[in-house]
Amino acid sequence: MGMTMTQKILAFHAGLPEVKAGDLIEAKLDVVLGNDVTTPVAIKVFEDAGFTKVFDKDKIAIVLDHYTPCKDIKSAQLCATARNFAKKHEITHFYDVGRVGIEHALLPEKGIVGPGDCIIGADSHTCTYGALGAFSTGVGSTDMAAGMASGENWFKVPEAIKVTLKGKLKKYVTGKDVILHLIGLIGVDGALYKSIEFAGEGVSELSMDDRFTISNMAIEAGGKNGIFPVDEKTMEYIKGRFTREPKIFKADDDAHYEREVVIDLDALEPTVSLPHLPSNTKTAKEVSGLEINQVVIGSCTNGRISDLRAAAEILKGRKVAKGVRCIVIPATQEIYMQSIKEGLTEIFIQAGCAVSTPTCGPCLGGHMGVMSEGERAVTTTNRNFVGRMGHVKSEVILASPYVAAASAVAGCVMTPEGLKEE
Amino acid sequence: MGKVYKYADNVDTDVIIPARYLNSTDPAELAKHCMEDIDASFASNVKKGDIIVAGANFGCGSSREHAPISIRACGVSCVIASSFARIFYRNAINIGFPILECKEASERINGGDEVDVDFSSGIITDKTTGETFKADVFPEFINKIIKSGGLLAYLKEKVER
Repeated sequence: MGMTMTQKILAFHAGLPEVKAGDLIEAKLDVVLGNDVTTPVAIKVFEDAGFTKVFDKDKIAIVLDHYTPCKDIKSAQLCATARNFAKKHEITHFYDVGRVGIEHALLPEKGIVGPGDCIIGADSHTCTYGALGAFSTGVGSTDMAAGMASGENWFKVPEAIKVTLKGKLKKYVTGKDVILHLIGLIGVDGALYKSIEFAGEGVSELSMDDRFTISNMAIEAGGKNGIFPVDEKTMEYIKGRFTREPKIFKADDDAHYEREVVIDLDALEPTVSLPHLPSNTKTAKEVSGLEINQVVIGSCTNGRISDLRAAAEILKGRKVAKGVRCIVIPATQEIYMQSIKEGLTEIFIQAGCAVSTPTCGPCLGGHMGVMSEGERAVTTTNRNFVGRMGHVKSEVILASPYVAAASAVAGCVMTPEGLKEE
Repeated sequence: MGKVYKYADNVDTDVIIPARYLNSTDPAELAKHCMEDIDASFASNVKKGDIIVAGANFGCGSSREHAPISIRACGVSCVIASSFARIFYRNAINIGFPILECKEASERINGGDEVDVDFSSGIITDKTTGETFKADVFPEFINKIIKSGGLLAYLKEKVER
């Protein structure tokens, strides 16, 4: 029987001619990633087990992005632990304040990850790199420790769901709307233990930034990974960034999929996820008018340059509504600089937004935009669980940068079209 | 044997241990805030040996290993759910914390019941109702990790072999 793209990558890295769903394998890793929350736990596990050397200092990435610039003494201690470890082991890909970006925007940008790679990261959104045609999945700190020690880890070969994309997205509809729609369709455990494999002619219509956003939120459907085929857009993106030889894998024609979902891109509308599950989706139009207190535009899901361009397109010449706080966070220093060069940062500041240095901050209720009791936000982030962005009685509505920016101007959930009609 | 704390589907890692406490890695400190955003009195009421029983997709969301660490540090002896989110599942196995998948037990056991678990056989006994259930067994490879005492111990043994 044929193999899916994920299965082929796993077989290659396990040194096996073939694998099938359910097999437990041990595979070699190209990159092992951690951040300031998860790395200190991994370091303790690594050192307590008596390991003194990392398997390869060039294949470990440590990115201090969650609570940085440090919000308090405890988080400063976490960063110090990670920083000392990185120095001691001469970790090549170590990123600290001033050079740091949000890990899942940073690693592709720096060419640390690429097609055909097998990657684990102690952060659930590590599945982002599936956009590059890599097998990439989130794990915990003990897994990170094992990866750092041995360069290998264990995996259960996943079954797959095939998501066939048809047609082309309309104006103001983005990758975020595609993935929210899909999660609404299959549920937060619809892809539990499985890979989501994107296919169909619609793939070529999606920009790389759209693909990153889509793969990023595979975890919100419970997925192990979310992977795109490698095409010209992928190769164009990695040019000048990724210096290793890309390994291109294609799903076999007779690969087995547990389920196939077809999404007609033309039919999609700007979509939002209401509290408190990403699967609780509606079109933005259906819930427009719902009052808000805060907007966050950024995160590993939607802090890339095309996201900032989309937000600026809406905010240009307009003002953030009175009573609404709009926080814009470019995901990396390169994106921040590009935003300045293109005049986007000026648009944001003139509109009354707060623009921040790269950080995960508000997405997980860490800092830089934590909400009080009874407040509601429209955000471009990835989770709207109870208490995710602050008080247990605050609410998060997930949306695209277009909808988030339009909502900031309107002071309530709003589509870009709705804003024009006002 | 322990008393059951019962929860619904999709208990996420943000409610198991909110991110505002992730600036600590100390298990005892994390334990103080375990389940805080879903059950504020849990951490102060839970006793050593107690059991969490939940629905589908337990532990969904972030990769924070702080979630199973905080549950274990509270004294909870195991989590029984009809299914687990995959990163939580890995994390629990990797740190050697017992979890059991059993749809029937998840549906039939009530909050407050006294439950006994035999980990070698996977037999779950609800002493309050008298019902027994059989949890899914782990594959051999995962049993090896658990028997070694966690992933790093397994890795050490492998390297030494």
